[in-house]
Amino acid sequence: MTLAATFLAAEGESPLLPHAYELVVGSFAFLVVFLVVGKILTPRIQKTLAERTEAIEGGIKKAEDAQAEAQRTLEQYRAQLAEARQEAARLREEAREQGAAIKAELREEAQAEARRIIEAAHAQIEADRQQAFTQLRGEIGRLSTELASRIVGESLEDEARQRRIVDRFLEELEGRPEAVR
Amino acid sequence: MTPLMLVADDFKAPGPSIFDFPPLYDGAPYWLTKPVLMAIFGAIVVCALAWSAFANPKLVPRGMQNVGEMGYQFVRDQVARPFLGKDAERWMPLLLSLFFLILLWNFFGVVPLIQIPVASHIAFPIVFAITIYVIKIYLGIKHQGLGGYFKNMMFPPGLPKPIYVLLAPIEFLSNLIIAPFTHAVRLFANMFAGHLILAFFSMVGFWFLFEKLTPLGAGLGVVGVIMTVAMTGFEMFIQFLQAFLFTMLAAMYIGNSLHADH
Repeated sequence: MTLAATFLAAEGESPLLPHAYELVVGSFAFLVVFLVVGKILTPRIQKTLAERTEAIEGGIKKAEDAQAEAQRTLEQYRAQLAEARQEAARLREEAREQGAAIKAELREEAQAEARRIIEAAHAQIEADRQQAFTQLRGEIGRLSTELASRIVGESLEDEARQRRIVDRFLEELEGRPEAVR
Repeated sequence: MTPLMLVADDFKAPGPSIFDFPPLYDGAPYWLTKPVLMAIFGAIVVCALAWSAFANPKLVPRGMQNVGEMGYQFVRDQVARPFLGKDAERWMPLLLSLFFLILLWNFFGVVPLIQIPVASHIAFPIVFAITIYVIKIYLGIKHQGLGGYFKNMMFPPGLPKPIYVLLAPIEFLSNLIIAPFTHAVRLFANMFAGHLILAFFSMVGFWFLFEKLTPLGAGLGVVGVIMTVAMTGFEMFIQFLQAFLFTMLAAMYIGNSLHADH
């Protein structure tokens, strides 16, 4: 201030005293800048910045929605997959049961068949045996009669002779093929 | 010592007369001086730059819009929001105009050929300071009532009673007389002093290297040139800082008037 005061004394005009015309020009310049920059342009950039914020926030919201949607779909797929797996397991179990049932049924049938065949065979054998038995019965009667008549026809005193007769008879029997069977 | 002193005797350091400008040409009106022309030119340049940036703003910014948005966001985030909070957007037109115009006018101090910071003529800072002063008092009375405004200003609650005897006149003086005065003078004085310093060092360089080149004086001239370059960089920082500070104080005064307790 003292410096300015000395200069004031030297130059006649203090730099701290405003020129009236500069006040006018300054006011005018400031007014123009305020009208153009403040009143016209600032609202435009404010609007754009607000729109940008909105756009970015909208973008983020959209991305979040998309992610949620993807998450939902994933859950759905997982649920479906689990369901499908369960279904497959169920089907496998069912098939196994069915297979076991079929196997058991077949075994049962085969066993029944085998039994039937065995029974038939037994019946056949029995029948054959009966037949052979009846046939033998007739044969034995006839042969016994024949043997008895021979024994009676020979002398009965000698035991050795009797043995020989029996042996001969048996040899004769062996000589007859139908009698041996 | 003697040769340097001899040439130094002829050397005249630049004084406040470097801020006095005659009319631009013979016969021009007395008010049409270089600072006046530069003030108008600066206003036009600010409008043109702002127009190129914000006239047709895009969602995805390009070129000038990027630069303009940087300025806008600086003022909004560093100046308006800290002091005005939710009212920041509403006061951006005023604060942005203020900041851009002061910043460009200040930068004129280092632009070759122009080389006069417009605010080094105190009339221009006074215009801004008075505008903010009027708005401040108007808003204060409107939002807090006539009595409320002065009561909140001079009798902030929560102090022991005797303090108010001292505090009330100080607060009154500080808010209504000193604040607008320092608001204007701070900007003016910084630009004034900065310009004087630059003029001084460039004069040293010019004088000792061109006007009166002597073996001893040459070293001093080189120092003058180096200092001129260094101080130009420093001055650009000060020019930005003062534009920022002036706008910040404006936002603070407005904010204080809108809400008593800040």
